[in-house]
Amino acid sequence: MKLKGWKDLTPGSVILEGGNAVQFKTGSWRAFRPVWKKENCIHCLFCWIYCPDMAVNVKDGKMMDFNYDYCKGCGICALECPGKKGQTAIEMVEEGK
Amino acid sequence: MAKVVAVTGNEACANALRQVNPDVCGVYPITPQTDMMQKYASYVSNGKVDTEIILVESEHSSMSACIGAAAAGGRVVTATSSQGLALMWEMLHIASGDRLPIIMPVVNRALSAPLNIHGDHSDAMGARDTGWVQLWSENAQDAYDNTIQAFRIGEHMDIRLPVMVCLDGFIISHSIERMEYLEDEEVKGFVGEYKNFLPLLDLDKPKSYGPLILPDLFHEYKKAQHEVMLKVKDVVLKVAADFEKLSGRKYGLFESYRLDDADIALVILNSAAGTTTDIVDGFRARGIKAGLLKPRLFRPFPYDEVAEALGKVKAVCVMDRSDSFGGYGPVFMEISSALYPLQERPVLINRIYGLGGRDYLPEHGEAVLNELDEIAKGGKVEKYKEYIGVRE
Repeated sequence: MKLKGWKDLTPGSVILEGGNAVQFKTGSWRAFRPVWKKENCIHCLFCWIYCPDMAVNVKDGKMMDFNYDYCKGCGICALECPGKKGQTAIEMVEEGK
Repeated sequence: MAKVVAVTGNEACANALRQVNPDVCGVYPITPQTDMMQKYASYVSNGKVDTEIILVESEHSSMSACIGAAAAGGRVVTATSSQGLALMWEMLHIASGDRLPIIMPVVNRALSAPLNIHGDHSDAMGARDTGWVQLWSENAQDAYDNTIQAFRIGEHMDIRLPVMVCLDGFIISHSIERMEYLEDEEVKGFVGEYKNFLPLLDLDKPKSYGPLILPDLFHEYKKAQHEVMLKVKDVVLKVAADFEKLSGRKYGLFESYRLDDADIALVILNSAAGTTTDIVDGFRARGIKAGLLKPRLFRPFPYDEVAEALGKVKAVCVMDRSDSFGGYGPVFMEISSALYPLQERPVLINRIYGLGGRDYLPEHGEAVLNELDEIAKGGKVEKYKEYIGVRE
Protein backbone atom coordinates (compact mmCIF):
# COMPACT_ATOMS: atom_id res chain seq x y z
CA MET A 1 0.00 0.00 0.00
CA LYS A 2 1.34 3.43 -0.96
CA LEU A 3 1.40 5.71 2.06
CA LYS A 4 -0.18 9.16 1.77
CA GLY A 5 1.91 12.32 1.45
CA TRP A 6 1.20 15.40 3.60
CA LYS A 7 -0.91 17.06 0.89
CA ASP A 8 -3.31 14.10 0.74
CA LEU A 9 -4.31 14.03 4.41
CA THR A 10 -7.73 14.94 5.81
CA PRO A 11 -7.32 18.13 7.90
CA GLY A 12 -7.26 17.45 11.61
CA SER A 13 -6.59 13.71 11.13
CA VAL A 14 -10.38 13.15 11.03
CA ILE A 15 -11.34 9.64 9.94
CA LEU A 16 -14.16 9.91 7.42
CA GLU A 17 -14.94 6.24 7.17
CA GLY A 18 -17.15 4.88 9.96
CA GLY A 19 -16.28 1.52 11.52
CA ASN A 20 -12.86 1.25 9.93
CA ALA A 21 -11.32 -0.20 13.10
CA VAL A 22 -11.99 -3.51 11.33
CA GLN A 23 -8.94 -2.70 9.20
CA PHE A 24 -6.69 -2.50 12.24
CA LYS A 25 -5.96 -5.99 13.49
CA THR A 26 -4.73 -6.03 17.05
CA GLY A 27 -4.75 -9.73 17.90
CA SER A 28 -0.98 -10.06 17.72
CA TRP A 29 -0.60 -8.30 21.11
CA ARG A 30 -2.22 -11.24 22.88
CA ALA A 31 -0.37 -13.22 25.56
CA PHE A 32 -3.40 -15.29 26.66
CA ARG A 33 -6.03 -16.70 24.34
CA PRO A 34 -9.70 -17.32 25.25
CA VAL A 35 -10.72 -20.84 24.36
CA TRP A 36 -14.44 -21.58 23.95
CA LYS A 37 -15.78 -24.75 25.51
CA LYS A 38 -18.96 -25.18 23.55
CA GLU A 39 -20.41 -27.81 25.87
CA ASN A 40 -20.50 -25.35 28.78
CA CYS A 41 -21.93 -22.40 26.80
CA ILE A 42 -25.49 -21.21 27.58
CA HIS A 43 -25.34 -18.49 24.86
CA CYS A 44 -26.02 -15.68 27.33
CA LEU A 45 -23.75 -13.51 25.11
CA PHE A 46 -22.11 -11.82 28.11
CA CYS A 47 -18.79 -12.42 26.31
CA TRP A 48 -20.10 -10.54 23.26
CA ILE A 49 -21.45 -7.64 25.33
CA TYR A 50 -18.38 -7.28 27.51
CA CYS A 51 -15.76 -7.73 24.76
CA PRO A 52 -14.18 -4.24 24.33
CA ASP A 53 -13.35 -5.05 20.69
CA MET A 54 -15.10 -7.27 18.15
CA ALA A 55 -13.53 -10.60 18.98
CA VAL A 56 -16.75 -12.57 19.60
CA ASN A 57 -18.63 -13.85 16.57
CA VAL A 58 -22.38 -14.20 17.10
CA LYS A 59 -24.93 -15.51 14.63
CA ASP A 60 -28.71 -15.79 15.16
CA GLY A 61 -28.33 -15.03 18.87
CA LYS A 62 -25.76 -17.77 19.38
CA MET A 63 -22.09 -17.59 20.27
CA MET A 64 -20.20 -19.01 17.27
CA ASP A 65 -16.49 -18.62 18.01
CA PHE A 66 -13.75 -16.05 18.74
CA ASN A 67 -12.21 -13.83 16.07
CA TYR A 68 -8.59 -13.81 17.16
CA ASP A 69 -7.68 -10.99 14.72
CA TYR A 70 -9.10 -8.54 17.29
CA CYS A 71 -8.71 -10.39 20.59
CA LYS A 72 -6.00 -8.83 22.79
CA GLY A 73 -6.43 -11.50 25.44
CA CYS A 74 -7.78 -9.13 28.13
CA GLY A 75 -9.75 -11.99 29.70
CA ILE A 76 -12.90 -10.00 30.45
CA CYS A 77 -15.03 -12.56 28.60
CA ALA A 78 -13.60 -15.39 30.72
CA LEU A 79 -14.20 -13.40 33.91
CA GLU A 80 -17.81 -12.63 33.01
CA CYS A 81 -18.70 -16.06 31.63
CA PRO A 82 -21.27 -17.72 33.99
CA GLY A 83 -20.81 -21.12 32.26
CA LYS A 84 -23.10 -24.05 32.91
CA LYS A 85 -23.49 -25.45 36.42
CA GLY A 86 -20.28 -23.80 37.57
CA GLN A 87 -18.28 -25.04 34.58
CA THR A 88 -16.86 -22.08 32.61
CA ALA A 89 -17.31 -21.92 28.86
CA ILE A 90 -14.28 -19.66 28.35
CA GLU A 91 -10.81 -20.53 29.53
CA MET A 92 -7.70 -18.39 29.12
CA VAL A 93 -4.77 -20.38 27.75
CA GLU A 94 -1.24 -19.01 27.45
CA GLU A 95 -0.21 -18.42 23.85
CA GLY A 96 2.50 -20.71 22.55
CA LYS A 97 1.55 -23.53 24.86
CA MET B 1 -22.73 53.39 12.26
CA ALA B 2 -20.07 53.22 14.91
CA LYS B 3 -21.02 53.81 18.49
CA VAL B 4 -18.50 55.55 20.74
CA VAL B 5 -18.31 54.01 24.20
CA ALA B 6 -16.16 54.10 27.33
CA VAL B 7 -15.51 50.50 28.34
CA THR B 8 -12.84 48.14 29.70
CA GLY B 9 -10.95 45.70 27.49
CA ASN B 10 -12.82 42.80 29.07
CA GLU B 11 -16.17 44.45 28.38
CA ALA B 12 -15.14 45.16 24.79
CA CYS B 13 -14.21 41.51 24.17
CA ALA B 14 -17.39 40.25 25.85
CA ASN B 15 -19.41 42.58 23.63
CA ALA B 16 -17.59 41.33 20.51
CA LEU B 17 -18.50 37.78 21.50
CA ARG B 18 -22.12 38.84 22.15
CA GLN B 19 -22.32 40.38 18.69
CA VAL B 20 -21.01 37.16 17.12
CA ASN B 21 -23.40 35.05 19.25
CA PRO B 22 -21.48 31.75 19.15
CA ASP B 23 -23.09 28.35 19.74
CA VAL B 24 -21.05 27.29 22.76
CA CYS B 25 -18.89 29.03 25.36
CA GLY B 26 -16.78 27.11 27.90
CA VAL B 27 -16.39 29.18 31.06
CA TYR B 28 -14.03 29.03 34.01
CA PRO B 29 -13.13 32.22 35.84
CA ILE B 30 -9.58 33.42 36.39
CA THR B 31 -8.24 36.87 37.17
CA PRO B 32 -8.02 39.09 35.12
CA GLN B 33 -10.29 37.36 32.58
CA THR B 34 -13.12 36.84 35.11
CA ASP B 35 -15.35 39.80 34.37
CA MET B 36 -15.20 39.16 30.61
CA MET B 37 -16.87 35.79 31.13
CA GLN B 38 -19.07 37.19 33.93
CA LYS B 39 -20.33 39.77 31.47
CA TYR B 40 -20.87 37.08 28.85
CA ALA B 41 -22.73 34.87 31.34
CA SER B 42 -25.07 37.79 32.02
CA TYR B 43 -25.75 38.11 28.28
CA VAL B 44 -26.73 34.43 28.33
CA SER B 45 -28.90 34.85 31.45
CA ASN B 46 -30.60 37.91 30.00
CA GLY B 47 -31.34 36.20 26.70
CA LYS B 48 -29.11 38.52 24.67
CA VAL B 49 -27.41 35.52 23.02
CA ASP B 50 -28.37 31.94 22.17
CA THR B 51 -25.05 30.55 23.35
CA GLU B 52 -24.98 27.37 25.39
CA ILE B 53 -22.69 28.27 28.23
CA ILE B 54 -20.83 25.36 29.85
CA LEU B 55 -19.66 26.02 33.40
CA VAL B 56 -16.79 23.64 33.91
CA GLU B 57 -14.56 22.62 36.81
CA SER B 58 -11.22 23.73 35.34
CA GLU B 59 -9.66 25.29 32.28
CA HIS B 60 -8.53 21.85 31.15
CA SER B 61 -12.21 20.88 31.11
CA SER B 62 -13.16 24.18 29.51
CA MET B 63 -10.88 23.62 26.55
CA SER B 64 -11.95 19.96 26.40
CA ALA B 65 -15.62 21.00 26.26
CA CYS B 66 -14.77 23.54 23.56
CA ILE B 67 -12.96 20.89 21.52
CA GLY B 68 -15.94 18.54 21.77
CA ALA B 69 -18.39 21.27 20.82
CA ALA B 70 -16.26 22.46 17.91
CA ALA B 71 -15.78 18.92 16.61
CA ALA B 72 -19.55 18.44 16.89
CA GLY B 73 -19.90 21.37 14.51
CA GLY B 74 -20.46 24.47 16.63
CA ARG B 75 -18.96 27.94 16.65
CA VAL B 76 -17.12 27.92 19.96
CA VAL B 77 -15.43 30.47 22.24
CA THR B 78 -13.81 30.65 25.65
CA ALA B 79 -11.41 32.99 27.42
CA THR B 80 -8.66 32.61 29.99
CA SER B 81 -5.51 33.98 31.61
CA SER B 82 -2.23 32.80 33.09
CA GLN B 83 -2.54 29.55 35.11
CA GLY B 84 -5.77 28.83 33.26
CA LEU B 85 -4.00 28.89 29.92
CA ALA B 86 -1.23 26.79 31.44
CA LEU B 87 -3.78 24.22 32.62
CA MET B 88 -5.26 24.10 29.10
CA TRP B 89 -1.86 23.35 27.63
CA GLU B 90 -2.31 19.77 26.45
CA MET B 91 -5.78 20.52 25.08
CA LEU B 92 -4.48 23.55 23.16
CA HIS B 93 -2.42 21.22 20.99
CA ILE B 94 -5.46 19.02 20.42
CA ALA B 95 -7.63 21.98 19.35
CA SER B 96 -5.06 23.00 16.73
CA GLY B 97 -4.12 19.46 15.71
CA ASP B 98 -7.81 18.68 15.14
CA ARG B 99 -8.06 21.97 13.22
CA LEU B 100 -10.92 23.37 15.31
CA PRO B 101 -11.43 27.14 14.97
CA ILE B 102 -12.05 27.95 18.65
CA ILE B 103 -11.73 31.66 19.43
CA MET B 104 -10.20 32.61 22.78
CA PRO B 105 -9.34 36.00 24.23
CA VAL B 106 -6.30 35.58 26.49
CA VAL B 107 -5.99 38.31 29.12
CA ASN B 108 -2.24 38.22 29.62
CA ARG B 109 -1.05 37.66 33.18
CA ALA B 110 2.17 36.42 34.77
CA LEU B 111 2.64 32.75 35.57
CA SER B 112 3.38 31.51 39.10
CA ALA B 113 5.63 31.22 41.10
CA PRO B 114 5.71 33.57 42.89
CA LEU B 115 1.97 34.05 42.61
CA ASN B 116 1.05 37.24 40.79
CA ILE B 117 -2.19 38.33 39.16
CA HIS B 118 -0.89 41.20 37.03
CA GLY B 119 -0.06 41.61 33.42
CA ASP B 120 2.87 40.13 31.55
CA HIS B 121 3.14 37.90 28.50
CA SER B 122 4.51 34.70 29.98
CA ASP B 123 1.15 32.89 29.65
CA ALA B 124 0.60 33.38 25.90
CA MET B 125 4.31 33.06 25.13
CA GLY B 126 4.20 29.69 26.89
CA ALA B 127 1.49 28.72 24.40
CA ARG B 128 3.56 29.90 21.44
CA ASP B 129 4.17 26.41 20.09
CA THR B 130 0.66 25.02 20.57
CA GLY B 131 -0.35 25.61 16.94
CA TRP B 132 -2.79 28.45 17.73
CA VAL B 133 -2.85 31.63 15.71
CA GLN B 134 -1.96 34.55 18.00
CA LEU B 135 -3.15 38.13 17.52
CA TRP B 136 -1.88 40.74 20.01
CA SER B 137 -3.77 43.88 20.98
CA GLU B 138 -2.49 47.25 22.18
CA ASN B 139 -5.76 48.52 23.66
CA ALA B 140 -9.46 47.77 24.07
CA GLN B 141 -10.19 48.81 20.49
CA ASP B 142 -7.55 46.41 19.16
CA ALA B 143 -8.82 43.62 21.41
CA TYR B 144 -12.41 44.17 20.20
CA ASP B 145 -11.43 44.42 16.55
CA ASN B 146 -9.06 41.43 16.77
CA THR B 147 -11.73 39.30 18.44
CA ILE B 148 -14.15 39.98 15.59
CA GLN B 149 -11.51 39.39 12.92
CA ALA B 150 -10.33 36.19 14.67
CA PHE B 151 -13.58 34.43 13.68
CA ARG B 152 -13.02 35.15 10.00
CA ILE B 153 -9.37 34.07 10.22
CA GLY B 154 -9.78 30.87 12.20
CA GLU B 155 -12.97 29.78 10.42
CA HIS B 156 -11.62 30.43 6.91
CA MET B 157 -12.03 27.17 4.97
CA ASP B 158 -8.35 27.15 3.99
CA ILE B 159 -7.28 27.62 7.60
CA ARG B 160 -9.59 26.06 10.26
CA LEU B 161 -7.34 26.85 13.20
CA PRO B 162 -7.96 28.14 16.73
CA VAL B 163 -7.09 31.78 17.44
CA MET B 164 -5.93 33.49 20.64
CA VAL B 165 -6.52 37.21 20.99
CA CYS B 166 -4.04 38.56 23.54
CA LEU B 167 -4.62 41.71 25.61
CA ASP B 168 -2.72 42.95 28.66
CA GLY B 169 -4.17 42.01 32.04
CA PHE B 170 -5.52 44.95 34.09
CA ILE B 171 -3.75 47.60 31.99
CA ILE B 172 -6.22 46.88 29.18
CA SER B 173 -8.67 44.38 30.65
CA HIS B 174 -9.70 46.65 33.54
CA SER B 175 -8.99 50.20 32.34
CA ILE B 176 -11.83 52.16 30.81
CA GLU B 177 -11.02 53.58 27.39
CA ARG B 178 -12.84 55.44 24.70
CA MET B 179 -13.44 53.14 21.77
CA GLU B 180 -15.90 52.43 18.98
CA TYR B 181 -18.32 49.53 18.72
CA LEU B 182 -19.67 48.34 15.42
CA GLU B 183 -23.40 47.75 15.12
CA ASP B 184 -24.58 44.21 15.94
CA GLU B 185 -25.76 43.67 12.37
CA GLU B 186 -22.44 44.84 10.97
CA VAL B 187 -20.54 42.31 13.09
CA LYS B 188 -22.99 39.52 12.24
CA GLY B 189 -22.63 40.34 8.56
CA PHE B 190 -18.85 40.50 8.82
CA VAL B 191 -18.33 37.14 10.53
CA GLY B 192 -21.18 35.49 8.58
CA GLU B 193 -23.06 32.29 9.30
CA TYR B 194 -20.85 29.61 10.78
CA LYS B 195 -19.81 27.02 8.20
CA ASN B 196 -19.21 23.49 9.38
CA PHE B 197 -16.23 21.44 8.36
CA LEU B 198 -16.36 17.70 9.07
CA PRO B 199 -18.90 17.98 11.94
CA LEU B 200 -19.38 14.94 14.16
CA LEU B 201 -23.12 15.64 14.33
CA ASP B 202 -23.56 14.95 10.62
CA LEU B 203 -25.06 11.55 11.41
CA ASP B 204 -25.32 10.47 7.77
CA LYS B 205 -21.56 10.68 7.52
CA PRO B 206 -20.12 9.09 10.64
CA LYS B 207 -16.52 10.01 11.38
CA SER B 208 -13.94 9.91 14.15
CA TYR B 209 -11.84 12.68 15.69
CA GLY B 210 -8.58 12.08 17.51
CA PRO B 211 -7.28 8.81 16.08
CA LEU B 212 -3.97 7.19 16.89
CA ILE B 213 -1.48 8.18 14.19
CA LEU B 214 1.72 6.17 14.25
CA PRO B 215 5.19 7.00 12.84
CA ASP B 216 4.10 6.09 9.30
CA LEU B 217 1.88 9.25 9.09
CA PHE B 218 2.46 11.52 12.10
CA HIS B 219 5.34 13.43 10.51
CA GLU B 220 3.15 14.18 7.46
CA TYR B 221 0.33 15.52 9.66
CA LYS B 222 2.72 17.92 11.38
CA LYS B 223 4.11 19.10 8.03
CA ALA B 224 0.51 19.75 6.89
CA GLN B 225 -0.11 21.73 10.11
CA HIS B 226 2.99 23.85 9.48
CA GLU B 227 1.94 24.47 5.87
CA VAL B 228 -1.56 25.62 6.83
CA MET B 229 0.00 28.09 9.29
CA LEU B 230 1.92 29.59 6.36
CA LYS B 231 -1.41 30.43 4.67
CA VAL B 232 -2.65 32.40 7.69
CA LYS B 233 -0.72 35.58 6.87
CA ASP B 234 -2.60 36.19 3.60
CA VAL B 235 -5.95 35.48 5.23
CA VAL B 236 -5.15 37.90 8.08
CA LEU B 237 -4.42 40.64 5.52
CA LYS B 238 -7.57 39.93 3.48
CA VAL B 239 -9.74 39.92 6.59
CA ALA B 240 -8.06 43.15 7.74
CA ALA B 241 -8.82 44.77 4.37
CA ASP B 242 -12.49 43.80 4.67
CA PHE B 243 -12.52 45.02 8.26
CA GLU B 244 -11.07 48.37 7.23
CA LYS B 245 -13.92 48.83 4.74
CA LEU B 246 -16.39 48.19 7.53
CA SER B 247 -14.75 50.11 10.38
CA GLY B 248 -12.23 52.49 8.82
CA ARG B 249 -9.58 51.01 11.11
CA LYS B 250 -6.49 49.58 9.47
CA TYR B 251 -4.76 46.40 10.63
CA GLY B 252 -1.75 44.53 9.27
CA LEU B 253 0.68 41.82 10.33
CA PHE B 254 2.33 44.39 12.58
CA GLU B 255 2.24 48.14 13.00
CA SER B 256 5.17 50.38 12.10
CA TYR B 257 5.43 53.77 13.74
CA ARG B 258 7.89 56.32 12.25
CA LEU B 259 10.02 53.40 11.14
CA ASP B 260 10.67 54.23 7.45
CA ASP B 261 13.76 56.41 8.00
CA ALA B 262 14.54 55.32 11.57
CA ASP B 263 18.11 54.84 12.82
CA ILE B 264 17.00 53.25 16.06
CA ALA B 265 13.85 51.34 16.93
CA LEU B 266 12.04 49.46 19.63
CA VAL B 267 10.00 46.32 19.06
CA ILE B 268 7.30 46.03 21.70
CA LEU B 269 4.02 44.16 22.07
CA ASN B 270 0.62 45.24 23.34
CA SER B 271 -0.15 48.09 25.75
CA ALA B 272 3.46 49.29 26.19
CA ALA B 273 3.47 50.20 22.48
CA GLY B 274 1.08 53.07 23.24
CA THR B 275 3.47 54.62 25.75
CA THR B 276 6.34 54.00 23.34
CA THR B 277 4.81 56.04 20.50
CA ASP B 278 4.97 59.08 22.82
CA ILE B 279 8.59 58.33 23.68
CA VAL B 280 9.41 58.00 19.97
CA ASP B 281 7.77 61.36 19.28
CA GLY B 282 9.92 62.91 22.01
CA PHE B 283 13.11 61.59 20.38
CA ARG B 284 11.98 62.71 16.93
CA ALA B 285 11.37 66.20 18.35
CA ARG B 286 15.00 66.18 19.48
CA GLY B 287 16.11 65.21 15.96
CA ILE B 288 16.84 61.57 16.77
CA LYS B 289 15.30 59.23 14.23
CA ALA B 290 13.52 56.75 16.46
CA GLY B 291 10.79 54.31 15.45
CA LEU B 292 8.62 51.49 16.73
CA LEU B 293 7.45 48.12 15.47
CA LYS B 294 4.46 46.58 17.25
CA PRO B 295 3.85 42.94 16.28
CA ARG B 296 0.21 41.93 15.84
CA LEU B 297 0.36 38.45 14.27
CA PHE B 298 2.85 36.58 16.43
CA ARG B 299 1.96 33.05 15.28
CA PRO B 300 2.53 32.48 12.45
CA PHE B 301 5.32 35.07 12.59
CA PRO B 302 5.78 37.28 9.50
CA TYR B 303 9.57 36.96 9.24
CA ASP B 304 10.08 38.40 5.74
CA GLU B 305 7.89 41.45 6.32
CA VAL B 306 9.53 42.20 9.68
CA ALA B 307 12.99 41.87 8.12
CA GLU B 308 11.93 44.32 5.41
CA ALA B 309 10.62 46.78 8.00
CA LEU B 310 13.62 46.62 10.35
CA GLY B 311 16.46 45.77 7.94
CA LYS B 312 17.75 49.31 7.44
CA VAL B 313 17.57 50.40 11.06
CA LYS B 314 21.02 50.71 12.68
CA ALA B 315 20.18 49.46 16.17
CA VAL B 316 17.05 47.74 17.45
CA CYS B 317 15.99 46.78 20.96
CA VAL B 318 13.41 44.04 21.33
CA MET B 319 11.44 44.62 24.51
CA ASP B 320 10.08 41.44 26.09
CA ARG B 321 7.42 41.32 28.80
CA SER B 322 8.26 37.67 29.52
CA ASP B 323 11.48 35.73 29.69
CA SER B 324 12.88 32.43 28.58
CA PHE B 325 15.12 32.09 31.62
CA GLY B 326 18.65 31.34 30.58
CA GLY B 327 17.77 32.28 27.01
CA TYR B 328 16.56 35.45 25.29
CA GLY B 329 13.03 36.84 25.48
CA PRO B 330 10.58 35.17 23.08
CA VAL B 331 9.99 38.24 20.89
CA PHE B 332 13.76 38.77 20.60
CA MET B 333 14.18 35.22 19.29
CA GLU B 334 11.69 35.90 16.49
CA ILE B 335 13.17 39.26 15.49
CA SER B 336 16.64 37.78 15.59
CA SER B 337 15.53 34.91 13.33
CA ALA B 338 13.86 37.38 10.97
CA LEU B 339 16.97 39.56 10.64
CA TYR B 340 19.65 36.87 10.44
CA PRO B 341 19.25 36.11 6.69
CA LEU B 342 19.97 39.77 5.79
CA GLN B 343 23.45 40.63 4.51
CA GLU B 344 23.47 43.78 6.61
CA ARG B 345 21.34 43.89 9.69
CA PRO B 346 20.80 46.09 12.74
CA VAL B 347 22.64 45.60 16.00
CA LEU B 348 20.05 43.81 18.11
CA ILE B 349 19.65 43.89 21.88
CA ASN B 350 17.02 42.49 24.22
CA ARG B 351 15.56 44.17 27.29
CA ILE B 352 13.11 42.51 29.68
CA TYR B 353 10.58 44.89 31.23
CA GLY B 354 7.31 44.98 33.14
CA LEU B 355 7.12 41.44 34.54
CA GLY B 356 4.18 40.71 36.84
CA GLY B 357 2.57 44.07 36.12
CA ARG B 358 5.63 46.26 36.88
CA ASP B 359 4.82 49.62 35.26
CA TYR B 360 6.50 50.42 31.98
CA LEU B 361 7.34 54.09 32.33
CA PRO B 362 8.46 56.60 29.69
CA GLU B 363 11.93 56.79 31.30
CA HIS B 364 12.39 53.05 30.71
CA GLY B 365 11.82 53.38 26.97
CA GLU B 366 13.88 56.60 26.90
CA ALA B 367 16.86 54.94 28.56
CA VAL B 368 16.77 52.12 26.03
CA LEU B 369 16.48 54.53 23.08
CA ASN B 370 19.43 56.55 24.47
CA GLU B 371 21.44 53.33 24.66
CA LEU B 372 20.45 52.48 21.07
CA ASP B 373 21.45 55.99 19.96
CA GLU B 374 24.96 55.40 21.35
CA ILE B 375 25.14 51.96 19.70
CA ALA B 376 23.98 53.40 16.35
CA LYS B 377 26.79 55.93 16.56
CA GLY B 378 29.33 53.12 16.91
CA GLY B 379 29.14 52.55 20.65
CA LYS B 380 29.84 49.18 22.18
CA VAL B 381 27.00 46.88 23.27
CA GLU B 382 27.50 46.36 26.99
CA LYS B 383 24.96 43.57 27.36
CA TYR B 384 22.81 41.89 24.72
CA LYS B 385 20.18 40.86 27.21
CA GLU B 386 19.35 42.75 30.39
CA TYR B 387 16.42 43.46 32.71
CA ILE B 388 15.33 47.11 32.90
CA GLY B 389 13.39 48.90 35.64
CA VAL B 390 14.79 46.42 38.16
CA ARG B 391 16.26 47.19 41.57
CA GLU B 392 19.80 46.03 42.36
